[in-house]
Amino acid sequence: MTTATAVTAPGPLGRAGNFLREVGLVFAREISPELRVPIGLIIGMLQPLIFLVLFGPLLGGMPGLGESHWQWFVPGILVMISMFGTGAAGYGVIVEAGGGSLERVLVTPLSRAAMLIGRTLKEALTLLVQGVLITLLMAPFGLRIHAAGVAAGLALLVVVGVGVGSLSFALALAAKRSPSLFWAVQQFAQFPLLLTSGVLLPVEAGPAWLAAVSRFNPFTYLVEAERALFAGDLAAPVVGYGALAAAAIAAAGLALGIRGMRRATL
Amino acid sequence: MIHTRGLTRHFRVKGEIVEAVRGIDIDVEEGELVAFLGPNGAGKSTSLRMLTTLLPPTAGTATVASCDIRTDPLGARRRIGYIGQGRGSGDQFRVRDELVFQGRFHGMSRAAARRRADELLATLGLEGIATRVASTLSGGQRRRLDIALGLMHRPELLFLDEPSTGLDPHNRANLWEHIRRLREEHGTTIFLTTHYLDEADTMAERVMIIDHGRVIADDTPERLKSDLAGDRITVTVGKGEDARAAEIAARIPTAHEITTGRQAPDAAGPSAAPQEGPDEGADTVTFRVKNGPAVLPELVRALDAAGLWTVATEVRRPTLDDVFLALTGRSLRESDQTQEGA
Repeated sequence: MTTATAVTAPGPLGRAGNFLREVGLVFAREISPELRVPIGLIIGMLQPLIFLVLFGPLLGGMPGLGESHWQWFVPGILVMISMFGTGAAGYGVIVEAGGGSLERVLVTPLSRAAMLIGRTLKEALTLLVQGVLITLLMAPFGLRIHAAGVAAGLALLVVVGVGVGSLSFALALAAKRSPSLFWAVQQFAQFPLLLTSGVLLPVEAGPAWLAAVSRFNPFTYLVEAERALFAGDLAAPVVGYGALAAAAIAAAGLALGIRGMRRATL
Repeated sequence: MIHTRGLTRHFRVKGEIVEAVRGIDIDVEEGELVAFLGPNGAGKSTSLRMLTTLLPPTAGTATVASCDIRTDPLGARRRIGYIGQGRGSGDQFRVRDELVFQGRFHGMSRAAARRRADELLATLGLEGIATRVASTLSGGQRRRLDIALGLMHRPELLFLDEPSTGLDPHNRANLWEHIRRLREEHGTTIFLTTHYLDEADTMAERVMIIDHGRVIADDTPERLKSDLAGDRITVTVGKGEDARAAEIAARIPTAHEITTGRQAPDAAGPSAAPQEGPDEGADTVTFRVKNGPAVLPELVRALDAAGLWTVATEVRRPTLDDVFLALTGRSLRESDQTQEGA
């Protein structure tokens, strides 16, 4: 049966405008509890902060880290927040799916892509705020602030946040209502990615096979790019590779996340 | 308002295909209030999830509010309201914010969404908790918020999945009050699933009984009961006269399921006073019949003519459970316990 819809389809411009409106609405809804009590902001930083406080000092005086170990360590910690904080964002979707609110929103005319992108932007913004906080926190301890480099580094971090956040949502949607499946996959991916990315220790100093493995980890390039940017070296080739890796993660994440949201059947 | 043909949904569970819904044909017209009744796992929720565009069908077609759920799910979502089994509101959001966002998701302007939210907060008695976070609400408040969420955009067709599960009698009555008002004031078409027999019986104008993924009956509760189950008459006669009384009862054209005994099978009824009364030393004949109240005087006269003493009589109107029993050979209550999960 083909019956004309009473609500007329908007033109291309109207459609794009409506899409942005919907992204904005989803973002505004997601951010509203955070503005009251920023739990997500703090929880996401918890583990990286522990590494910063309890592991960072061990790096003091280690060879191969340049003049200040903080200058070397802090940019990597920002990438680590994306893995531990942003990477866990999908859990929220599992809670929503289990409770029934995701189902309720899925029966509104809201675009599935907007549902994903709005959520992802909230994660990216959270990551940005976390990045700014860590940077400011570490400035008194010998982290030199190259304004342009830090700005570019944080911009790169936002792209990473979009990618990792989307990937986490995609994983949550694929895991349906099983939190244990979500955490199993998330943890299984997180630690190897962290250890081979060179956030904690320079991978080049280890055996050749580990260094080779680290080359297959996109986060390696992100960490290298962040270090170059925080050192003020905006033109370093590693920055280009890092940007490419971030763009690739973001593209893959958005594609998988939007696909997951479109196929979400509850 | 709802038209389905051969609507089917299969699931793969551990390599095996489970036929949750096996080709159902539904026609619901504007303004109807239809209850989908069946045991857990019968396919009620799966059907509803297909009609609300949450789940694509394996086969068959469905249009809801003139929109094909396959080709125009967006159109359907604009026109329907859905109140699911779970909690529609997110734990960490404020009551009024959730309502306003729901309206905005449906394309309402900020001002219109706020007006509508305040209106619903007032009608559902939620004004006092408008700024509370959803996780702090009581079960009843939370359910009322679910209802408000489903009504924000004034849908022409409202789906409710097990709306009164987990509600106390007060909140159930409250819920039905809102549903009734919705129909009176806006002529909203309502389609709901339930496994509460009394609810389907007293509230719905039309009941579809679903079992093992198929619609096995579809009519008004009254007609289902009189056509499929019939009234149950219990006659208490003198001791040892039950066999003769049963013979006389068997002459009534629509009489069936005739049994005799010292006690009616459902002795727990109000007439079963154990110590005193004519039951002492008496036998009973129980049978089902169409139009019991009209049959009974006839039967008493016939018993009288045969010289049998009628001690007491009772006519029991059937319930929808009797209908389900007549259709499937199982009681809906038992099915509920044995077929947990969906």
